[in-house]
Amino acid sequence: MGLINPAAASETGERTVVSEMSPNFVTTTLDFLTNWARSNSLWPMPFGTACCAIEYMATAASRFDIARFGMERQSFSPRQADVFICAGRVPFKLAPVLRRIWDQMPQPKWCISMGACASTGNVFDNYTIVQGIDTLMPVDVYVPGCPPRPEGLIYGITLLQKKIRGESIVDEQIRREQPIGPNGLFLPPERVDELSEPFGNSVHQTRSSS
Amino acid sequence: MTAPVSSSVAPLRAEFGAAVERHLVSCGDTIIYVSRERQHEALAWLRDTPGQEFDYLTDVTAVDYRDPERPLEVVYQLRSLGRRADLRVKVALDKRLPLEVRSVWDLWKGADWLEREVYDMFGVSFTGHPDLRRILMWDTYAEGYPLRKDFPLRGHFSRAEQTRQALAANPEAHYSIEELSIADAFAELPKDMQERLARGERGFLR
Repeated sequence: MGLINPAAASETGERTVVSEMSPNFVTTTLDFLTNWARSNSLWPMPFGTACCAIEYMATAASRFDIARFGMERQSFSPRQADVFICAGRVPFKLAPVLRRIWDQMPQPKWCISMGACASTGNVFDNYTIVQGIDTLMPVDVYVPGCPPRPEGLIYGITLLQKKIRGESIVDEQIRREQPIGPNGLFLPPERVDELSEPFGNSVHQTRSSS
Repeated sequence: MTAPVSSSVAPLRAEFGAAVERHLVSCGDTIIYVSRERQHEALAWLRDTPGQEFDYLTDVTAVDYRDPERPLEVVYQLRSLGRRADLRVKVALDKRLPLEVRSVWDLWKGADWLEREVYDMFGVSFTGHPDLRRILMWDTYAEGYPLRKDFPLRGHFSRAEQTRQALAANPEAHYSIEELSIADAFAELPKDMQERLARGERGFLR
Protein backbone atom coordinates (compact mmCIF):
# COMPACT_ATOMS: atom_id res chain seq x y z
CA MET A 1 0.00 0.00 0.00
CA GLY A 2 2.99 2.21 -0.28
CA LEU A 3 2.96 3.66 3.21
CA ILE A 4 5.95 1.64 4.31
CA ASN A 5 8.83 3.55 2.88
CA PRO A 6 11.76 1.11 3.13
CA ALA A 7 14.24 3.85 4.02
CA ALA A 8 12.01 5.44 6.63
CA ALA A 9 10.83 2.12 8.00
CA SER A 10 14.38 1.14 8.83
CA GLU A 11 14.80 4.33 10.84
CA THR A 12 11.51 4.16 12.74
CA GLY A 13 10.69 0.55 12.04
CA GLU A 14 9.35 -0.53 15.41
CA ARG A 15 6.83 2.28 15.58
CA THR A 16 5.04 1.49 12.34
CA VAL A 17 3.02 -1.69 12.52
CA VAL A 18 0.79 -3.13 9.83
CA SER A 19 -2.19 -4.81 11.50
CA GLU A 20 -2.09 -8.59 11.38
CA MET A 21 -5.87 -8.81 11.11
CA SER A 22 -6.22 -6.56 8.08
CA PRO A 23 -3.62 -4.90 5.88
CA ASN A 24 -5.91 -1.88 5.66
CA PHE A 25 -4.98 -0.81 9.20
CA VAL A 26 -1.65 0.64 10.14
CA THR A 27 -0.55 1.84 13.52
CA THR A 28 2.10 4.55 13.45
CA THR A 29 3.07 7.83 15.01
CA LEU A 30 1.76 11.13 13.77
CA ASP A 31 5.33 12.39 13.44
CA PHE A 32 6.22 9.54 11.13
CA LEU A 33 3.17 10.09 8.96
CA THR A 34 3.69 13.86 8.68
CA ASN A 35 7.40 13.62 8.03
CA TRP A 36 6.89 10.82 5.53
CA ALA A 37 4.44 12.99 3.62
CA ARG A 38 6.53 16.14 3.86
CA SER A 39 9.86 14.60 2.95
CA ASN A 40 8.47 12.87 -0.12
CA SER A 41 6.57 15.79 -1.60
CA LEU A 42 9.06 18.63 -1.40
CA TRP A 43 8.29 21.37 -3.86
CA PRO A 44 11.42 23.32 -4.68
CA MET A 45 11.55 27.06 -5.28
CA PRO A 46 14.63 27.36 -7.49
CA PHE A 47 16.49 30.64 -7.13
CA GLY A 48 19.15 30.31 -9.81
CA THR A 49 21.56 33.16 -10.31
CA ALA A 50 24.63 31.58 -11.93
CA CYS A 51 26.27 28.40 -13.19
CA CYS A 52 24.82 26.32 -10.31
CA ALA A 53 21.43 26.94 -11.89
CA ILE A 54 22.61 25.07 -15.00
CA GLU A 55 23.51 22.08 -12.83
CA TYR A 56 20.17 22.45 -11.08
CA MET A 57 18.40 22.32 -14.46
CA ALA A 58 20.36 19.18 -15.30
CA THR A 59 19.26 17.71 -11.97
CA ALA A 60 15.65 18.50 -12.73
CA ALA A 61 15.82 17.16 -16.29
CA SER A 62 15.27 13.59 -17.38
CA ARG A 63 18.73 12.09 -16.80
CA PHE A 64 18.88 12.83 -13.07
CA ASP A 65 15.18 13.61 -12.56
CA ILE A 66 14.61 14.94 -9.05
CA ALA A 67 10.94 14.09 -9.54
CA ARG A 68 12.02 10.66 -8.28
CA PHE A 69 12.44 12.23 -4.85
CA GLY A 70 9.01 13.82 -4.78
CA MET A 71 10.12 17.14 -6.27
CA GLU A 72 7.68 16.68 -9.11
CA ARG A 73 6.61 20.26 -9.33
CA GLN A 74 9.05 23.12 -9.69
CA SER A 75 7.34 25.89 -7.83
CA PHE A 76 8.18 29.24 -9.31
CA SER A 77 5.90 30.86 -6.78
CA PRO A 78 7.23 31.09 -3.21
CA ARG A 79 3.70 30.74 -1.82
CA GLN A 80 3.43 27.15 -3.05
CA ALA A 81 6.95 26.00 -2.25
CA ASP A 82 8.62 23.99 0.51
CA VAL A 83 12.33 24.10 -0.29
CA PHE A 84 14.22 27.19 -1.25
CA ILE A 85 17.21 26.21 -3.40
CA CYS A 86 19.66 29.05 -3.84
CA ALA A 87 21.82 28.10 -6.82
CA GLY A 88 24.49 30.69 -7.48
CA ARG A 89 26.15 33.77 -6.11
CA VAL A 90 24.03 36.44 -4.48
CA PRO A 91 25.04 40.09 -4.78
CA PHE A 92 24.04 42.51 -2.03
CA LYS A 93 21.67 44.13 -4.51
CA LEU A 94 19.76 40.84 -4.69
CA ALA A 95 19.79 40.22 -0.92
CA PRO A 96 16.45 41.94 -0.17
CA VAL A 97 14.83 40.00 -3.03
CA LEU A 98 16.14 36.71 -1.66
CA ARG A 99 14.96 37.57 1.84
CA ARG A 100 11.53 38.65 0.61
CA ILE A 101 11.02 35.38 -1.27
CA TRP A 102 12.03 33.44 1.84
CA ASP A 103 9.59 35.45 3.96
CA GLN A 104 6.81 34.79 1.45
CA MET A 105 7.22 31.03 1.72
CA PRO A 106 4.79 29.45 4.22
CA GLN A 107 5.89 27.03 6.92
CA PRO A 108 7.01 24.28 6.81
CA LYS A 109 9.95 25.39 4.68
CA TRP A 110 13.58 24.46 4.28
CA CYS A 111 16.56 25.93 2.51
CA ILE A 112 19.31 24.32 0.48
CA SER A 113 22.35 26.45 -0.25
CA MET A 114 23.69 25.01 -3.48
CA GLY A 115 27.34 25.55 -4.37
CA ALA A 116 30.29 27.40 -2.90
CA CYS A 117 29.04 30.90 -3.78
CA ALA A 118 25.68 30.61 -2.07
CA SER A 119 27.30 28.90 0.92
CA THR A 120 30.39 31.08 1.44
CA GLY A 121 30.75 33.66 -1.33
CA ASN A 122 33.46 31.49 -2.92
CA VAL A 123 36.31 33.44 -4.58
CA PHE A 124 34.11 36.52 -4.78
CA ASP A 125 35.38 37.95 -1.51
CA ASN A 126 34.63 41.49 -2.67
CA TYR A 127 32.35 44.44 -2.14
CA THR A 128 29.33 43.10 -4.03
CA ILE A 129 28.81 39.50 -3.00
CA VAL A 130 26.98 38.21 0.07
CA GLN A 131 29.45 35.96 1.91
CA GLY A 132 27.06 33.05 2.31
CA ILE A 133 23.27 33.24 2.33
CA ASP A 134 23.29 32.03 5.94
CA THR A 135 23.90 35.69 6.79
CA LEU A 136 20.46 36.43 5.32
CA MET A 137 18.31 33.43 6.24
CA PRO A 138 18.56 30.04 7.98
CA VAL A 139 20.04 27.25 5.85
CA ASP A 140 19.34 23.54 6.36
CA VAL A 141 21.73 21.86 3.94
CA TYR A 142 24.88 23.19 2.27
CA VAL A 143 25.94 21.49 -0.96
CA PRO A 144 29.63 22.10 -1.68
CA GLY A 145 31.03 22.26 -5.19
CA CYS A 146 31.73 24.82 -7.86
CA PRO A 147 29.26 23.98 -9.23
CA PRO A 148 28.15 20.72 -7.57
CA ARG A 149 27.31 17.90 -9.93
CA PRO A 150 23.69 16.72 -10.00
CA GLU A 151 24.70 13.76 -7.83
CA GLY A 152 25.90 16.26 -5.23
CA LEU A 153 22.61 18.10 -5.20
CA ILE A 154 20.67 14.84 -5.02
CA TYR A 155 22.80 13.82 -2.04
CA GLY A 156 21.94 17.16 -0.44
CA ILE A 157 18.26 16.57 -1.09
CA THR A 158 18.36 13.10 0.47
CA LEU A 159 20.19 14.61 3.47
CA LEU A 160 17.38 17.15 3.78
CA GLN A 161 14.79 14.36 3.59
CA LYS A 162 16.63 12.55 6.35
CA LYS A 163 16.63 15.72 8.42
CA ILE A 164 12.89 16.19 7.87
CA ARG A 165 12.20 12.61 8.98
CA GLY A 166 13.89 13.39 12.26
CA GLU A 167 11.65 16.37 12.99
CA SER A 168 8.80 16.43 15.47
CA ILE A 169 5.61 18.38 14.89
CA VAL A 170 5.33 19.19 18.59
CA ASP A 171 8.71 20.93 18.58
CA GLU A 172 7.71 24.55 18.14
CA GLN A 173 11.30 25.73 17.77
CA ILE A 174 11.81 23.95 14.45
CA ARG A 175 9.07 25.77 12.56
CA ARG A 176 9.57 29.13 14.21
CA GLU A 177 9.96 32.03 11.74
CA GLN A 178 13.26 33.88 12.02
CA PRO A 179 12.42 37.39 10.89
CA ILE A 180 14.77 40.32 10.46
CA GLY A 181 15.33 41.78 13.90
CA PRO A 182 15.42 45.39 15.11
CA ASN A 183 19.11 45.57 14.15
CA GLY A 184 18.13 45.06 10.50
CA LEU A 185 19.67 41.58 10.39
CA PHE A 186 18.42 38.14 11.28
CA LEU A 187 21.62 37.36 13.18
CA PRO A 188 23.66 39.50 15.58
CA PRO A 189 26.07 41.77 13.61
CA GLU A 190 29.18 40.11 15.05
CA ARG A 191 27.85 36.74 13.88
CA VAL A 192 27.45 38.09 10.33
CA ASP A 193 31.01 39.44 10.44
CA GLU A 194 32.28 36.10 11.68
CA LEU A 195 30.45 34.16 8.95
CA SER A 196 31.80 36.56 6.32
CA GLU A 197 35.44 36.18 7.38
CA PRO A 198 37.73 35.24 4.52
CA PHE A 199 39.03 31.71 4.33
CA GLY A 200 41.52 29.65 2.36
CA ASN A 201 43.95 31.65 0.25
CA SER A 202 42.43 35.00 1.13
CA VAL A 203 43.06 34.52 4.87
CA HIS A 204 46.20 36.65 4.69
CA GLN A 205 44.38 39.62 3.21
CA THR A 206 43.05 42.16 5.61
CA ARG A 207 40.13 44.49 5.21
CA SER A 208 42.52 47.41 4.89
CA SER A 209 44.45 45.94 1.96
CA SER A 210 43.26 47.42 -1.26
CA MET B 1 56.83 47.61 -38.38
CA THR B 2 54.99 50.32 -36.53
CA ALA B 3 51.25 50.59 -37.00
CA PRO B 4 50.08 53.61 -38.96
CA VAL B 5 48.69 56.61 -37.13
CA SER B 6 44.99 57.18 -37.70
CA SER B 7 44.25 59.57 -40.54
CA SER B 8 42.03 61.53 -38.16
CA VAL B 9 44.94 62.91 -36.12
CA ALA B 10 46.25 65.51 -38.57
CA PRO B 11 42.87 67.11 -39.42
CA LEU B 12 41.92 67.11 -35.72
CA ARG B 13 45.18 68.87 -34.83
CA ALA B 14 44.64 71.37 -37.64
CA GLU B 15 41.14 72.09 -36.37
CA PHE B 16 41.76 72.18 -32.61
CA GLY B 17 45.45 73.05 -32.28
CA ALA B 18 46.66 72.93 -28.71
CA ALA B 19 43.43 71.35 -27.47
CA VAL B 20 44.77 68.08 -28.90
CA GLU B 21 47.33 67.46 -26.20
CA ARG B 22 49.16 64.46 -27.64
CA HIS B 23 48.59 61.27 -29.55
CA LEU B 24 50.17 57.84 -29.56
CA VAL B 25 49.75 54.45 -31.16
CA SER B 26 49.29 51.48 -28.86
CA CYS B 27 48.76 47.92 -30.11
CA GLY B 28 47.75 49.30 -33.49
CA ASP B 29 45.15 51.69 -32.06
CA THR B 30 45.54 55.43 -32.20
CA ILE B 31 44.86 57.23 -28.93
CA ILE B 32 44.23 60.97 -28.93
CA TYR B 33 44.28 63.05 -25.74
CA VAL B 34 41.92 65.99 -25.91
CA SER B 35 41.65 68.78 -23.34
CA ARG B 36 38.64 68.73 -21.03
CA GLU B 37 37.49 72.19 -22.20
CA ARG B 38 37.09 71.24 -25.86
CA GLN B 39 36.28 67.53 -25.48
CA HIS B 40 32.63 67.84 -26.50
CA GLU B 41 33.46 70.09 -29.42
CA ALA B 42 36.15 67.71 -30.71
CA LEU B 43 33.90 64.65 -30.40
CA ALA B 44 31.09 66.47 -32.22
CA TRP B 45 33.57 67.43 -34.95
CA LEU B 46 34.71 63.79 -35.28
CA ARG B 47 31.12 62.68 -35.60
CA ASP B 48 29.88 65.29 -38.07
CA THR B 49 32.83 66.13 -40.33
CA PRO B 50 32.76 64.45 -43.74
CA GLY B 51 35.73 62.11 -43.93
CA GLN B 52 35.60 61.41 -40.17
CA GLU B 53 32.00 60.21 -39.67
CA PHE B 54 32.48 58.45 -36.34
CA ASP B 55 28.81 57.61 -36.11
CA TYR B 56 29.03 54.85 -33.49
CA LEU B 57 30.15 55.21 -29.89
CA THR B 58 31.44 51.76 -28.98
CA ASP B 59 32.18 52.44 -25.33
CA VAL B 60 32.69 55.05 -22.69
CA THR B 61 34.83 53.99 -19.77
CA ALA B 62 37.48 55.38 -17.45
CA VAL B 63 40.87 54.40 -16.09
CA ASP B 64 42.15 55.23 -12.62
CA TYR B 65 45.88 54.69 -12.14
CA ARG B 66 47.48 53.68 -8.88
CA ASP B 67 49.77 56.71 -8.99
CA PRO B 68 47.77 59.42 -7.16
CA GLU B 69 49.48 62.17 -9.16
CA ARG B 70 48.39 60.71 -12.46
CA PRO B 71 45.07 61.98 -13.78
CA LEU B 72 41.99 59.82 -14.19
CA GLU B 73 41.24 59.23 -17.85
CA VAL B 74 37.80 59.09 -19.44
CA VAL B 75 37.96 56.96 -22.58
CA TYR B 76 35.73 57.26 -25.65
CA GLN B 77 36.04 54.42 -28.15
CA LEU B 78 34.68 55.59 -31.49
CA ARG B 79 33.85 53.64 -34.61
CA SER B 80 32.97 54.77 -38.08
CA LEU B 81 30.68 52.08 -39.45
CA GLY B 82 30.92 53.42 -42.99
CA ARG B 83 34.69 53.90 -43.07
CA ARG B 84 35.45 50.85 -40.90
CA ALA B 85 37.81 52.92 -38.78
CA ASP B 86 38.35 53.08 -35.03
CA LEU B 87 39.63 55.89 -32.86
CA ARG B 88 40.18 56.18 -29.12
CA VAL B 89 39.79 59.59 -27.57
CA LYS B 90 40.88 60.21 -23.97
CA VAL B 91 40.22 63.09 -21.64
CA ALA B 92 42.50 63.43 -18.63
CA LEU B 93 40.85 64.68 -15.43
CA ASP B 94 42.96 66.05 -12.59
CA LYS B 95 42.02 64.07 -9.47
CA ARG B 96 42.48 67.08 -7.20
CA LEU B 97 39.67 68.91 -8.99
CA PRO B 98 35.99 67.88 -9.20
CA LEU B 99 35.72 65.06 -11.76
CA GLU B 100 33.47 66.70 -14.31
CA VAL B 101 33.19 66.36 -18.04
CA ARG B 102 30.50 67.21 -20.56
CA SER B 103 28.08 64.44 -21.48
CA VAL B 104 28.08 63.25 -25.08
CA TRP B 105 24.53 61.97 -24.76
CA ASP B 106 23.40 64.69 -27.19
CA LEU B 107 25.82 63.29 -29.82
CA TRP B 108 25.29 59.56 -29.30
CA LYS B 109 22.16 58.48 -27.40
CA GLY B 110 23.94 55.24 -26.50
CA ALA B 111 26.14 57.22 -24.12
CA ASP B 112 23.26 57.28 -21.63
CA TRP B 113 23.96 54.00 -19.79
CA LEU B 114 27.70 54.03 -20.55
CA GLU B 115 28.13 57.35 -18.79
CA ARG B 116 25.93 56.18 -15.94
CA GLU B 117 28.26 53.22 -15.46
CA VAL B 118 31.34 55.47 -15.40
CA TYR B 119 29.57 57.69 -12.88
CA ASP B 120 28.64 54.66 -10.78
CA MET B 121 32.10 53.08 -10.78
CA PHE B 122 34.40 56.14 -10.85
CA GLY B 123 32.29 59.06 -9.70
CA VAL B 124 32.79 61.15 -12.82
CA SER B 125 29.93 63.64 -13.26
CA PHE B 126 28.72 64.13 -16.79
CA THR B 127 27.18 67.57 -17.12
CA GLY B 128 24.19 67.60 -19.43
CA HIS B 129 23.37 63.92 -18.88
CA PRO B 130 19.57 63.46 -18.76
CA ASP B 131 19.42 60.90 -15.94
CA LEU B 132 22.73 60.59 -14.10
CA ARG B 133 22.27 58.01 -11.34
CA ARG B 134 23.88 54.73 -10.41
CA ILE B 135 23.25 51.83 -12.75
CA LEU B 136 24.95 48.73 -11.28
CA MET B 137 25.05 49.59 -7.59
CA TRP B 138 21.80 50.64 -5.92
CA ASP B 139 20.80 54.26 -5.52
CA THR B 140 21.47 54.39 -1.79
CA TYR B 141 24.93 52.77 -2.07
CA ALA B 142 27.07 54.85 0.29
CA GLU B 143 30.53 53.29 0.15
CA GLY B 144 31.85 55.33 -2.75
CA TYR B 145 33.05 54.43 -6.23
CA PRO B 146 34.26 50.81 -6.43
CA LEU B 147 36.62 50.96 -9.41
CA ARG B 148 38.71 53.79 -7.97
CA LYS B 149 42.12 52.55 -6.96
CA ASP B 150 41.71 53.83 -3.38
CA PHE B 151 38.60 51.66 -2.89
CA PRO B 152 39.32 48.53 -0.77
CA LEU B 153 38.36 45.27 -2.45
CA ARG B 154 35.84 44.33 0.25
CA GLY B 155 34.36 47.81 0.53
CA HIS B 156 34.63 50.36 3.32
CA PHE B 157 31.92 49.05 5.65
CA SER B 158 31.92 45.88 7.75
CA ARG B 159 30.12 42.87 6.32
CA ALA B 160 27.38 43.22 8.93
CA GLU B 161 26.80 46.84 7.95
CA GLN B 162 26.80 45.96 4.25
CA THR B 163 24.28 43.19 4.89
CA ARG B 164 22.12 45.45 7.04
CA GLN B 165 22.03 48.17 4.38
CA ALA B 166 21.31 45.63 1.65
CA LEU B 167 18.40 44.10 3.57
CA ALA B 168 17.00 47.54 4.35
CA ALA B 169 16.83 48.36 0.65
CA ASN B 170 13.54 48.24 -1.18
CA PRO B 171 14.18 46.11 -4.28
CA GLU B 172 11.66 48.09 -6.26
CA ALA B 173 13.43 51.36 -5.48
CA HIS B 174 16.04 50.54 -8.14
CA TYR B 175 13.61 51.69 -10.80
CA SER B 176 12.84 55.26 -11.61
CA ILE B 177 9.28 56.55 -11.48
CA GLU B 178 9.13 56.42 -15.28
CA GLU B 179 10.09 52.76 -15.36
CA LEU B 180 7.51 51.79 -12.75
CA SER B 181 4.60 53.78 -14.17
CA ILE B 182 4.50 52.33 -17.66
CA ALA B 183 0.75 51.81 -17.31
CA ASP B 184 0.24 55.48 -16.47
CA ALA B 185 2.40 56.50 -19.41
CA PHE B 186 0.42 54.34 -21.84
CA ALA B 187 -0.73 57.31 -23.90
CA GLU B 188 2.84 58.48 -24.43
CA LEU B 189 4.15 55.13 -25.68
CA PRO B 190 4.88 54.55 -29.38
CA LYS B 191 1.97 53.26 -31.43
CA ASP B 192 3.38 49.78 -32.04
CA MET B 193 4.14 49.28 -28.37
CA GLN B 194 0.63 50.39 -27.45
CA GLU B 195 -0.80 47.78 -29.80
CA ARG B 196 1.41 45.03 -28.44
CA LEU B 197 0.52 45.89 -24.85
CA ALA B 198 -3.18 46.17 -25.61
CA ARG B 199 -3.14 42.75 -27.31
CA GLY B 200 -2.04 41.32 -24.02
CA GLU B 201 1.47 40.16 -24.79
CA ARG B 202 2.47 41.37 -21.35
CA GLY B 203 -0.99 41.32 -19.75
CA PHE B 204 -3.92 43.64 -20.35
CA LEU B 205 -3.49 47.26 -19.52
CA ARG B 206 -6.99 48.39 -20.28
